[in-house]
Amino acid sequence: MPRIRVEVDGVPYDDDVEPRLLLVHYLRDRLGKVGTPVGCDTTNCGACTVLMEGLSVKSCSVPAVQADERQVTTVEGLGMNGTPHPMQRAFHEAHALQCGYCTPGMIMAAIDLLRENPDPSDEEIREGLEGNLCRCTGYQNIVRAVRAAADEMRRQPEREVTP
Amino acid sequence: MSEISPEGLAEQAERAPRSEPDPGREVGQPRRRSEDARLVSGRTRWTDNLNPAGTLHVAFLRSPHAHARITRVDVEAARRVPGVVAAFGGADLAEEQGSLPCAWTVTEDMKVPAHPPLAVTEARYVGEPVACVVARHRYAAVDALEEIDVDYEPLPAVVHMEEALREGGPLVHQELETNQAYRWVFENGDLDAAFRDAPVLLERRYVQQRLIPTAMEPRAVLCEPDGDDFTLYSATQIPHILRLMLATVTQIPEHRIRVVAPDVGGGFGSKLQVYGEEVLCLLLARRLGRPVKWTESRSEGNMATHHGRDQIQRLTLAAERDGRVRGVKVDLLADMGAYLMLVTPGIPLLGAFMFNGIYKMDAYSFTCTGVFTTKTPTDAYRGAGRPEATFAIERLMDELAAELGLDPIEVRRRNWIGHGEFPYETVAGLTYDSGNYEAATDRALALFEYDKLRAEQADRRERRDVVQLGIGVSTYTEMCGLAPSRVLGSLAYGAGGWEHASVRILPSGKIEVVTGSSAHGQGHETAWAQIAADRLGVPFEDVKVLHGDTAVAPKGMDTYGSRSLAVGGIALYQACDRVVDKARRVAAHLMEASEQDLEFSGGRFAVRGAAAEGPSIQEVALAAFAAHDLPDGVEPSLDADATFDPGNFSFPHGTHLCAVEVDTETGRTRIRSYVAVDDVGHVVNPLIVEGQVHGGLAQGIAQALYEEAVYDADGNLTTTTMADYLVPSAADLPEFVTDRTETPATSNPLGVKGVGEAGTIASTPAVVNAIVDALRHHGVTDVPMPCTPERVWRALREAFREDPDPNPSAAPGAGGGLGSAGGAR
Amino acid sequence: MIPATFEYVRAASVEEAVRALASAGEDAKVLAGGQSLMPLLRLRLAYPDALVDLDRVAELREIREDGDHLVIGSMATHHQVMRDPLVRRHAPLIAQATATVADPAVRHRGTFGGSLAHADPAGDLPAVALALDAVFLVRSRRGEREIPAADFFVDWMTTAMEPDEIMTGVRVPRLGEGWGFHYEKFHRTAQAWAIVGVACAVRRERGAIEDVRVALTNMGPTPVRATAVERFAGGRSVSDDMFRAASERAAEGTGAPTDLHGSGEYREHLAKVLTARALRAAAAT
Repeated sequence: MPRIRVEVDGVPYDDDVEPRLLLVHYLRDRLGKVGTPVGCDTTNCGACTVLMEGLSVKSCSVPAVQADERQVTTVEGLGMNGTPHPMQRAFHEAHALQCGYCTPGMIMAAIDLLRENPDPSDEEIREGLEGNLCRCTGYQNIVRAVRAAADEMRRQPEREVTP
Repeated sequence: MSEISPEGLAEQAERAPRSEPDPGREVGQPRRRSEDARLVSGRTRWTDNLNPAGTLHVAFLRSPHAHARITRVDVEAARRVPGVVAAFGGADLAEEQGSLPCAWTVTEDMKVPAHPPLAVTEARYVGEPVACVVARHRYAAVDALEEIDVDYEPLPAVVHMEEALREGGPLVHQELETNQAYRWVFENGDLDAAFRDAPVLLERRYVQQRLIPTAMEPRAVLCEPDGDDFTLYSATQIPHILRLMLATVTQIPEHRIRVVAPDVGGGFGSKLQVYGEEVLCLLLARRLGRPVKWTESRSEGNMATHHGRDQIQRLTLAAERDGRVRGVKVDLLADMGAYLMLVTPGIPLLGAFMFNGIYKMDAYSFTCTGVFTTKTPTDAYRGAGRPEATFAIERLMDELAAELGLDPIEVRRRNWIGHGEFPYETVAGLTYDSGNYEAATDRALALFEYDKLRAEQADRRERRDVVQLGIGVSTYTEMCGLAPSRVLGSLAYGAGGWEHASVRILPSGKIEVVTGSSAHGQGHETAWAQIAADRLGVPFEDVKVLHGDTAVAPKGMDTYGSRSLAVGGIALYQACDRVVDKARRVAAHLMEASEQDLEFSGGRFAVRGAAAEGPSIQEVALAAFAAHDLPDGVEPSLDADATFDPGNFSFPHGTHLCAVEVDTETGRTRIRSYVAVDDVGHVVNPLIVEGQVHGGLAQGIAQALYEEAVYDADGNLTTTTMADYLVPSAADLPEFVTDRTETPATSNPLGVKGVGEAGTIASTPAVVNAIVDALRHHGVTDVPMPCTPERVWRALREAFREDPDPNPSAAPGAGGGLGSAGGAR
Repeated sequence: MIPATFEYVRAASVEEAVRALASAGEDAKVLAGGQSLMPLLRLRLAYPDALVDLDRVAELREIREDGDHLVIGSMATHHQVMRDPLVRRHAPLIAQATATVADPAVRHRGTFGGSLAHADPAGDLPAVALALDAVFLVRSRRGEREIPAADFFVDWMTTAMEPDEIMTGVRVPRLGEGWGFHYEKFHRTAQAWAIVGVACAVRRERGAIEDVRVALTNMGPTPVRATAVERFAGGRSVSDDMFRAASERAAEGTGAPTDLHGSGEYREHLAKVLTARALRAAAAT
């Protein structure tokens, strides 16, 4: 069984894993990091989106072995010292979630989007989030939230976009 | 098109013709949700997140055949797979698994087939569970499924409803001797007079395609045994109903079962069910004496979580030449799928009283035939019966307008119930208590810039533009607040429609609200706290809302049918008033005043007319807790509960306007603008209401444009993954303009109506009407849903074939016109 | 769903990968970004005995100039390709089409070579490679060979690569001055696969079409070159009427499939409409 070393939300882990073990199941079942949920089996829904080396990936389609020697950030690793990340705050303020199941992936995808484009238009936000499905909000408030977070994060450039 | 700014909610509230929220009151304020903190940080309790020590994992083997006799199930090899603890076929559990319940016997002669959770002798849809494995890890359980050997003798699939009803065809359930589950009829008015010699007679056939509800959280069940007691966690909308039904099915006494709905990731009706997997996890936990958990995969869920809609509607509308409707006849075929699940047969009947919409007419008939097919069972999906009815009448009104050469708004004006005519008893027998269709429509027309868009439409037609503009109208109503128990009784539903709430004041003055409504994304924890804070005059932060656990909230009828606020919210309102009444006695005693002289305002008692303030209700609560000085006969508690049974449904309504651009070469539809003006009565939290409308619109639009569960001729579901069942993303949906008018419901003291389904109900016909409107001058009168580019193209081609356009450049042919290179996303 | 078990080899170099693949036997597969393969494994639609993982073969991620050509390493991610200055400058059609592949998260993992080796006729990149007359560079223990795009796509999800061969890169011509490009993708939702796509490159000179390449996505079991369109348009003056007449020939020689998302008949119609649009857009750039 391959051995992997992964840093997840700032904590190093060292584990033997089956090659077929999906990163999302490694996070959930092995590390107990259940903040990242699973919503489909075809990379469509994006609920399981995390950052790997700072880039968004769908953790249901990445074998854990490919995360070896990588840094992974989940929604649980956002924010500092109990202060939520601006994106988390914006989702709350703009009512960008209802059931909340898509929210961890949506937030991670949105953070990735702003890393590439700190001042996106509404259309760019919508296209940037095309890989994350939400069934509750109709996306309108998600777009509002991402725009608000972008404004906030541009106002405070010293704050890191990714944790 | 006016765009709502990001900060829009407050601004919008200022623009709308409705009462302003009192800044001193909680109700009406756009409170940010208390639920969010855990949801945005990943500290959630989805059922699959729960892992008690020693939890075993369940996987189900499912039928690959639409219809087959099961002659042998051999699980021996599966039992030998490393990590596997147990494996069972249907026969192994036949003695104890019972039959899944149907709670709605819509007619006395309704055929109810046996529905074992694990198929025993016959499988009747692709995805029906036929065997199960329990293993130490989820991976091992899935591996072991491949070692199970099942012998099937294929039987004929029954895929199409009309064919299913033909004499002598193959049967889904041999023992029932028919594929007809029931036939249900309602008639009112003089149909003969209305339809005989009617100057205008429209006959239409519309198909409500089958949909897969697709809550983002797949189902999951965890059952933890504790001696003779069982705690079942499930991603369910209905912990209370589920508890009773599990007891009924398994014979485990109800008081030995606790059902918990922890954080639930959306339902939209799909988790309003008693699923075989829930029963089986309970039985497996009992057999094995250990916690067992099952988590659905999406591709499994597309087959095995109930589907929605699926009706063939044959409609006849009679009208005068001036556009006044005389009557409507409805003849439905409703696909039950292979079995009758919890409320399967009743879903189309929830539309039986809605095909008349907001219109006055003399006569109405409704016939529904429930049909068995070898497909996944259908049941509630957002709107449940009302979207189908609303689609039919709103499509017909547009057809009537076209037939008479009238504006679709004008035809509606000539038929709708005037705002001075409420309460109004409709031809379908309901009493609409309130409404103001004129106000909502006027507001929508203004926001939409209706006249300007009509002018652009004329211009594009004139220019024979490749991209044509269409405008769709939907002036809907629906029935919410399910339901007056006596009405449910008259419809032979298996339970009542009340809801329960209790209010506890803790010694410190903090409040615990216990509700039988079981939220799964709606935001009850916030809205209920707002209601309680107002009624009790305490800070919002002092209220905690408890729900979704039969040990914590033992009484309830749960969440569906836009009932939570209009029924559960009122129960809470009444429970709060009872708390105040109890507090008043104690306060009067403490203040040495008479109860009649006390007034309660802002959370404090005072003697009417006196300057000095008395104690706050929270101080009274402490006095009641101490119980040192209570009046004789008064118990040392202010806690109270209430069970509210509504006297009538509530009737949200509104006007939705949709503008689409249709590329006549490719058939692609793009929504250009969408205005929704809804009247859901008084509003507890405008932020939550707006969110519900947005999400509802997305689902209704998705039915119009994208989603369909497709079966092939052999009964195989071909849309088993999200790659094939197209749920729209942010990139596929437009920005919505929403607004409200506010005509309070008269049936409850809060004046609230319900908002969970309105957007879905209203939007589907608005979109399809818009598409047809864009193409009607070419001769198109309908496009079946979902209106895929290919279907639009075919409708156009068909229309051209029948009536060739003199100008071929506007025809849907190759390369014509000046369409930009769109569509490359 | 959950993949079945498989053996796993992580290669550190092309040499190591080639050796591992040879010894793993017929039922081994190469794991690149995994964005097509992992879903297939999860749905248990594929059961490889072994996966040889190229994720850590750094040399395969390079994109470099090679005379009149670019060589795009097979493991260059979509994310990398669509932003790469060389690709954007010399092969903008690739950058444009790559930007339409799936979604950002998938593009972070999915690779250029992986998409091409997967050879899904609904994928966007095979038609682009065909239109550009790309050449595939493949390696095995037996050595290196080059496969022209016209020979590469053999059948539905089948390429001319042998089971023991690994794609190391793709050579594409640097098309410079005078060339215009467009990838016209038609799909029902942003995430959905193309019902039809048209990859188009056009070189104009003095108002006429000097050179034109058109290839179609999802119009048969493999990507198809619209040779009849190319023949018609080549040498003719640019005009809407000419593009329309040329595009009338777009479906010739195709074998458009009928599936959930469109009938063959509709695809033929779309191929014509979209080819006209693609030609127009390419000629306008």
